[in-house]
Amino acid sequence: MNKMKIWNYQAFLPLLVLAVLILINLLKGADYFSISIINGAIYGNIPNILFGASELVILAIGMTLVTSSSGGQDISVGVAATITSSVFVRVVLNAHEVTLMTVVGAFLVSCLVGIAIGAFNGTLVAIFNVQPMVATLILFTAGRSIAFLIDGRLSPILANRITNQIGSVIPGVPVQTPILLTVVFIILFSILLKITNLKLYAQCVGINQKAARLNGINPVIVKLLTYIILGVCSAVAGFIAVTKAGRHDSVNLLRFVEMDAILAVAIGGNALSGGKFSITGSVIGAYTIEVLNRTLLRLEVGTETIKAFKAVFIIILMILASPVARGTAAKAVQWIRARCTGIVRLPASEKAEASEGSEVDLSVEKEV
Amino acid sequence: MEPINTMKRREAISNSNLLLLIAAVIFVLMYGIAMLCYPRSFFQYQTFFDLFSLNAALIIITLGETIVMIGGGIDISIGAVTGLVTMCCAVYLESGNGSVGGSILLALGIGIAFGIMQGFLIAYLEIQPFIITLAGMFLANGLLTTIHKDPLNVTMPHFVKLRDAVIVIPWLGTMNRLGNFIPVEIKPGALVVVVLIIILSVFLHWSRFGRNLYAVGGNSQSALMLGINVKRTKFFSFVLCGLLSGIAGFVFIMTTGAGNVGNASGFEMKAIAGSIIGGTMLTGGVGNPIGSPIGALTLLTINELIRAAGINSNFQAIASGLLLCLFIVLQNSVLWLRRTGGFKLKGIPNLH
Repeated sequence: MNKMKIWNYQAFLPLLVLAVLILINLLKGADYFSISIINGAIYGNIPNILFGASELVILAIGMTLVTSSSGGQDISVGVAATITSSVFVRVVLNAHEVTLMTVVGAFLVSCLVGIAIGAFNGTLVAIFNVQPMVATLILFTAGRSIAFLIDGRLSPILANRITNQIGSVIPGVPVQTPILLTVVFIILFSILLKITNLKLYAQCVGINQKAARLNGINPVIVKLLTYIILGVCSAVAGFIAVTKAGRHDSVNLLRFVEMDAILAVAIGGNALSGGKFSITGSVIGAYTIEVLNRTLLRLEVGTETIKAFKAVFIIILMILASPVARGTAAKAVQWIRARCTGIVRLPASEKAEASEGSEVDLSVEKEV
Repeated sequence: MEPINTMKRREAISNSNLLLLIAAVIFVLMYGIAMLCYPRSFFQYQTFFDLFSLNAALIIITLGETIVMIGGGIDISIGAVTGLVTMCCAVYLESGNGSVGGSILLALGIGIAFGIMQGFLIAYLEIQPFIITLAGMFLANGLLTTIHKDPLNVTMPHFVKLRDAVIVIPWLGTMNRLGNFIPVEIKPGALVVVVLIIILSVFLHWSRFGRNLYAVGGNSQSALMLGINVKRTKFFSFVLCGLLSGIAGFVFIMTTGAGNVGNASGFEMKAIAGSIIGGTMLTGGVGNPIGSPIGALTLLTINELIRAAGINSNFQAIASGLLLCLFIVLQNSVLWLRRTGGFKLKGIPNLH
């Protein structure tokens, strides 16, 4: 019974995958966990993963909420982050003198832009009942050009002390700043979910909109709110990305990150059709994607082949997570057992035990 | 309620046809505006046929996307598969022992292979189409760059002949400034597009598979109750889409004559946008294989218009976005008004 519970736990699969990936890394070289200190800051494989995945984690969190409430995905998050960061860069570059206050002010302005973008998408989804993917396709098409027009030229450079430190390391702090920002964001977000009813309401609306309405929840407001929150998430992600890069490249900044964010949500065990969700799963999913990318690089897979490997990995993962595949595997295992041991009928509880195809197969072989 | 009113509504045109009508009207309006503003370029027949000839691959992809979307799914791997097909054909033709017929078979084979893989995973293992086709997109992209990274120009004589082939329509054409008559030329790709549109609209409207597809997309639960094999229908919609992306890949390389990593990249989103403008709905069950090419042509006309006006090319994307926005709001308002019974606006808005 205990085993069954572990297998059915939502974050089990992503954690298992993460463990397997780390194992592969350790087999490749035992120095995987080694950490070096350069100029008072910690560097190494694990900090690099946390550093590299920071935008993805933030976007995945917002995407989870949107997926839950509206049963669809926002494919404009990368573009939204590009637009908000272009506004940020514009404000910072227009200031006479870059102080901490101007950076914070510029960040708040970019958050406002993010809220506006979220409200635009949310209005289409919540009020006009447009499919989320279709609604966000508008910004996906137009967004990078808008960012270019805000920039006014190709890739303006952010050359000042404060944004550089936000993008890398603040002297005296041993951890890279984007990691700290991500941690702060995750903590703030979990506090938000703890003290408000947002999670419950979003799930209600996602599971059954009419029932939610009859219970006194306004689906329009809830959906709009989730999109606005995603807009803020994109603003934060854009801020981190642009300070990391030190320049604003409106064509390539956070390109294809929307696909990775949706993937993170799916790997985390959340249904893309809405309803119940777990933020923890999505965060683990996002880190899994980053670990996968870096593992493939570490295994010296050519950069041109990485995408194909990633695709095969995703497909295998999705087959493992698919209830139909699990059911078929369970039936197959039952059939093999019946053949080998001569027992024709098995108790129904045996089915759940066979939910993990490959591992059960091993145990069957032992019995044989 | 008054029975006469319901009778009237039953006789009214279906949602598919209404959305198609809107798309067609907008396209004609758009082209009319273009002709009024830039009579010198848009009044020529050649400009109109060039829209078909040069964008044949995109229109074929849009058809494939429409089929999947009618069935209630989505395919975002289609552009990448097309790109992969172009590169494979280019490598095969340049390998020295390739033939044009072989490359056509290769193109169709790759397309169908992707279709079968994705269709099986989506229909029979019930995995979400978005994720599987996303993986398909990564796979196709990865294979493409693995096979060949640099642009590859095909120099095989037979293929070059096919690439440069044009069909001349002698009775259509324009006088140039010197008074010489220049007939209209179209590429074979445009012909493929027209044939495919005809075949698919007949197929979707009068074949059993086509009707099943609309039923499954509209409501898969009731389609199941009616005894339709829902899984098989979904599976074949993806296979058909894969086949069309194979054809699109060959048409693409037939038009450009070179394999390139950037070939057909970003086409999936253009195809989705074109399908939506053409009146297909992502929720499934509504759509038309005639509407989608019109949607794609509308987007292309806007781009041509902006190019003709000489505005900053960044406005092309913005104008496409605005047009898409306009269409989506228009479609949903029209459908909402129809659903709530004519044009009465009081009462609780229908939430589903």
